[in-house]
Amino acid sequence: MSERSFNALVLLGLIAFPLWALWADEPFLITLATRAVILAIAGVGLNIALGLGGLVSLGHAAFFGLGGYAMGILASHAQMYDPIMTAPILIEGTKSMPVIWLVAIVVSGLAALAIGALSLRTSGVYFIMITLAFGQMFYYFAISWPAYGGEDGLSIYVRNGFPGLNTLVPIQFYGLTFAILLIALALHWQIARSPFGLALNAARQSSVRAQTVGIAPFRLRLIAFTISGMITGLAGALFADLNRFVSPTMFSWQLSGEIIVFVIIGGVARLFGPVVGAIVFIMLEHVLGGLSDYWHIYLGALLLGIVLFARGGIIGLIAGRGGHG
Amino acid sequence: MDNVLQTIGISKRFGALEASRDISLTLRSGEIHALIGPNGAGKSTLIAQIAGTLKPDSGSVLLDGADITNLSVAARARAGLGRTFQISALAMEDSVLQNAVLGALGASGRLPLFGAALAKGEIRDKAEAALERVGLSDRAAMRVGDLSHGQRRQLEVAVALTLTPKAFVMDEPMAGLGTRGSLGLTGFLDGLRSEAPILLVEHDMDAVFALADRISVLVYGQIIATGTVSEIRAHPEVRRAYLGEEA
Amino acid sequence: MSLILLAEQVLNGLQFGVMLFLMAAGLTLVFGVMGLINLAHGSLYMIGAFAAAAVAGATGSFLLALVAALAAAAAAGALVERFVIRRLYDRDHLDQVLATFALILIFSEGTRWVFGSFPLYLNIPAWLSGPVMLPGGIQYPMYRLALIGVGLAVALGLYLLINHTRLGVRIRAGAADREMIAALGVDISRLYTVVFALGAALAGLAGALVGAIQSVQVGMGEPVLILAFVVIVIGGIGSIKGALVGALLVGVTDTMGGLLLPPLFALFMEPSAAATAGSALASMGIYLLMAAVLVWRPLGLFGVRT
Repeated sequence: MSERSFNALVLLGLIAFPLWALWADEPFLITLATRAVILAIAGVGLNIALGLGGLVSLGHAAFFGLGGYAMGILASHAQMYDPIMTAPILIEGTKSMPVIWLVAIVVSGLAALAIGALSLRTSGVYFIMITLAFGQMFYYFAISWPAYGGEDGLSIYVRNGFPGLNTLVPIQFYGLTFAILLIALALHWQIARSPFGLALNAARQSSVRAQTVGIAPFRLRLIAFTISGMITGLAGALFADLNRFVSPTMFSWQLSGEIIVFVIIGGVARLFGPVVGAIVFIMLEHVLGGLSDYWHIYLGALLLGIVLFARGGIIGLIAGRGGHG
Repeated sequence: MDNVLQTIGISKRFGALEASRDISLTLRSGEIHALIGPNGAGKSTLIAQIAGTLKPDSGSVLLDGADITNLSVAARARAGLGRTFQISALAMEDSVLQNAVLGALGASGRLPLFGAALAKGEIRDKAEAALERVGLSDRAAMRVGDLSHGQRRQLEVAVALTLTPKAFVMDEPMAGLGTRGSLGLTGFLDGLRSEAPILLVEHDMDAVFALADRISVLVYGQIIATGTVSEIRAHPEVRRAYLGEEA
Repeated sequence: MSLILLAEQVLNGLQFGVMLFLMAAGLTLVFGVMGLINLAHGSLYMIGAFAAAAVAGATGSFLLALVAALAAAAAAGALVERFVIRRLYDRDHLDQVLATFALILIFSEGTRWVFGSFPLYLNIPAWLSGPVMLPGGIQYPMYRLALIGVGLAVALGLYLLINHTRLGVRIRAGAADREMIAALGVDISRLYTVVFALGAALAGLAGALVGAIQSVQVGMGEPVLILAFVVIVIGGIGSIKGALVGALLVGVTDTMGGLLLPPLFALFMEPSAAATAGSALASMGIYLLMAAVLVWRPLGLFGVRT
């Protein structure tokens, strides 16, 4: 099967499954699908850094968590009718999703810019360790900052609103997240085909090659890392809205690892790799998690098998080589 | 004749090893200047300092009269230095055309996030023209990883062409080409020198003697002689270095 | 704040630092010699702690528990090297990250399966409990002082091992040029197994020693692993000396930050706000230290470009 028709099939499934769940009156399955779609968005974000740029970021939970806390902080102030600050200017909380999303994108983008500017001074294994460490920094900060719940996190009573929709209806919230996934995928597709993407991808394969034609990889990578962080941050805001809860676990290193894992399971650098990976991840969690409390053992074994023996991920197995371009 | 590329007293040590000792070298417009020497003489080290991957301990590198000693590799490329590698450094997963387009994009200095890299237009025309010149047009859609060794060499040259550089630095472009390929490239480089001079590091002596306007001989990190082909052939120190003859 | 409290916190920082060193030394050796990034190093720390807690529970002997920790972690390390890690040396860092992340999942859940989710406790033996009086009137727990001693002894031992033994010569040669020492007839795959097991044993020792002052539980290894990464980034990859200096810097920065920042903030803030802001910033202290080192020396204090 060609990669393109497989992708179409995946999209079709993401439309048909929740509609079927709606018809069958299984709201839990719609929520499960929403979870998969939101994780897929986070993965699409990572894939821009990892797949196109070759940047093995083990700290993307930082952006996911920042997006989550952007939602949590804005919404908790709004539900308490307590402005975030009064001087020098009045900033109120908000329950409006578009505003929350914008804040999540800006905040996680700024963090990605700062973390990227520091960690991209190095490469290879240093980069991995540094991104992991900065992710952990946010985790500890969230725990030790009591104003927003510290270790216990923050609960939001009512899901935030989107003009013209009732986001409390699962299928409507699903539609919203699905639309954002499509936008994120379109963005990845556009970046991959753009001159910027060509250069980024070439610098991943041979940094020397890029430099020899006058392109300094640092700037390209920093831009890619920042865009990547923004998308993952947006996913974090959606994830927090899905659960109506944020806590420091959104910053945890396990989450950073899991995002990488499902992007790889799906197929790194493939447009739909994160989507397929997220779906499979949620299915495994649901199915294996139902069979055994220790399902992470099986996930670990599966991952080990894929890394050692099937490097193209699921899309690689189905569509063969040739993920780029 | 004016010097397009010039090194002034370059020295580089690695611990006890003096890899470059006070090397002054000029590349004049319109010429092919070959750099030869036995293995381990320091040719790669010298090229690395000219291209910017290594920083000399002392001395400077000038391109078109401007000091580029402290510029990065990328900045040197933008300043007009076109380089090819001994071991191909290409984007192996990408197509031949994509690699050539990368060069043209680098030369344009703009990498927008919108539009398509391979869209018809000035950039693509330039890339295709370069592929045409080295004879790779019919391979444009192939993955570089699937190219033969010789074809990768041709692509290296094509990418350098897209930069329309002021000077070329070519590190063993003939290596692994075989007789026919080597002859073809020799003919091509022969014509190229009128566009921009070439500093040529090459082991293939037939090619060197056929092409070079001048030859510099590097032995133990030092240039022991510079001159025309016949001058170098007759040079006593060169004969001693290569043939062990008494001077 | 009294000087005694300050001295006590410096000692706490040293104690924390030398334990981090035990972790970082193994990681940096494995990276330096094999070029491998091993996320599962924290699992070996956990295995050491669980082995110690189990053996101490069964026999009541702390020394036997330490021996068990060393043996269990070294054995786990050797096995993992033989069956998984060995396939990763020639892979890129992404594959190494994924495979060793998979190992974390397997080890953590496996341990939870065997020992359950409740933490185990490892008691400090009677002959090491209680305070000692240090010069200057500082009362300090004997056990923590012993940890500092053990850590420094291991550092000295590693120094001697690497600089004055045949194995050390091979380790240094292996880090410098793999092909060459293989060509000289050294059994490189055995050398790798030995180095990996050595690093694992150090991690297991650290896990057991720290297990006696914290609880022994699944997931205890990864926070320490990440701190060890910070240590390595600060010290420079592949450098044992860098690991030691980095570990002590991180240990002292962490404890001193928690001690000094809240009162420092209280100079210009109200006390309760100063306490929260101070402790929140203190939690970021070592990462800010890492950021500063990255700006100043991207390859770490003792790093060399390879």
